Amino acid sequence: MNKILVGLLVGAGLGALDGLTAWFTPEVRTQIATIVMGSTFKGLLAGLLIGVFARKVASVPATLVFGTAVGLVLAFAVASLQGAHYFEIMLPGSIVGLLTGYATQRYGRGLRAEAA
Amino acid sequence: MRLSDDALSRLRESIRDPDLSGTRYRLVGPVGAGGMGAVFEAVDEPLGRRVALKVVDVPLDGEEAAAALLAEARVLAGLEHPGLVPVHDAGRLADGRAYYAMKLVRGRRLDEALAGSSLPERLRVFLRVCEPVAFAHASGVVHRDLKPPNVMLGSFGEVLVLDWGLARPVAGAADASGTPGFMAPEQAAGRPVDARADVYGLGALLDAILRVPPAPARSKALDAIVGRARATEPGARYAGVPALAADVERLLDGGRVEAYEENVLERVARVVKRHGVAVGLVATYLVVRGLFILLRR
Repeated sequence: MNKILVGLLVGAGLGALDGLTAWFTPEVRTQIATIVMGSTFKGLLAGLLIGVFARKVASVPATLVFGTAVGLVLAFAVASLQGAHYFEIMLPGSIVGLLTGYATQRYGRGLRAEAA
Repeated sequence: MRLSDDALSRLRESIRDPDLSGTRYRLVGPVGAGGMGAVFEAVDEPLGRRVALKVVDVPLDGEEAAAALLAEARVLAGLEHPGLVPVHDAGRLADGRAYYAMKLVRGRRLDEALAGSSLPERLRVFLRVCEPVAFAHASGVVHRDLKPPNVMLGSFGEVLVLDWGLARPVAGAADASGTPGFMAPEQAAGRPVDARADVYGLGALLDAILRVPPAPARSKALDAIVGRARATEPGARYAGVPALAADVERLLDGGRVEAYEENVLERVARVVKRHGVAVGLVATYLVVRGLFILLRR
């Protein structure tokens, strides 16, 4: 599986999981479907960006830094929309970015392997 | 007249040393001895390169030994692979002995070279031993004498399978020659053998290199691989060298080994070990998320 596809799958999966945790917050439980969709889209976007980066730069540390940064930026955007819970949204978001970055390099096939 | 021990020894050496007159080679000295002959270092004068000459042990030895040596040369010449020593030339010396010239390889025998190495290093070298053997099988040849002294690790990391003196066409061999402990039961019984006899030999070789001190800890999966390769019945072994090598590769990669039925706990432990970083990150994420949920309540 190529790195972009791994990024998309892991990003979408973690994004959906991240969105589902909103169920534990009673005040937003009624909007769970929208939250899950939004979170999944955010995960897909992060996965795409990280996957493309991982494909271009075959360095695990660089991808981990990039993944964490992408996760932080997207989580900051979401927190800004809410205007609250910055730390609560950005910390897990950065871990999701870090995990997506790791997964793309660890489980995705590089350009050279794809060509072979 | 009585000869001193020294004189006797010199006489033996002079008889053993091949007479290279009339050939393109100049003798340098002995390198070692094989099953059917001795190996000498020589210089190929026209090309100015060092070669190894394998020569039948005793001058004017029986035609059978000469034919066997030349048959080995033909087998090797027909197998071109980086894990096999290339043969340059073959013929008869002035003293009547059969010989063949091959590339001179400098290195150490497998078990000596692997002393003190880690388990993954040993397994990776073993996989490289499997390559030329699998290639020979694909070319219709069974080695029949795989053991540590017949594998050499060159100075530049090359792995070479040597001594093809007992090699035969697949399913065509039916004599009981070989090395006890490394020889498949059907080979020892003088029955025809196929590639699975070498699977047995490779299993014994793997077992031997895992015992080289300091012997690394062996998992049940690794023992199962050795056990399947060394099964008494050929049908219970791996179907071929590629299947054996694939199982060793899976073991190295932390995957599920075909030869070993693991229980649920072993499987979970293996998956966690194989994907430790990812599992750790997912666990961190879940803990962080869980903490925020608990704090909010």
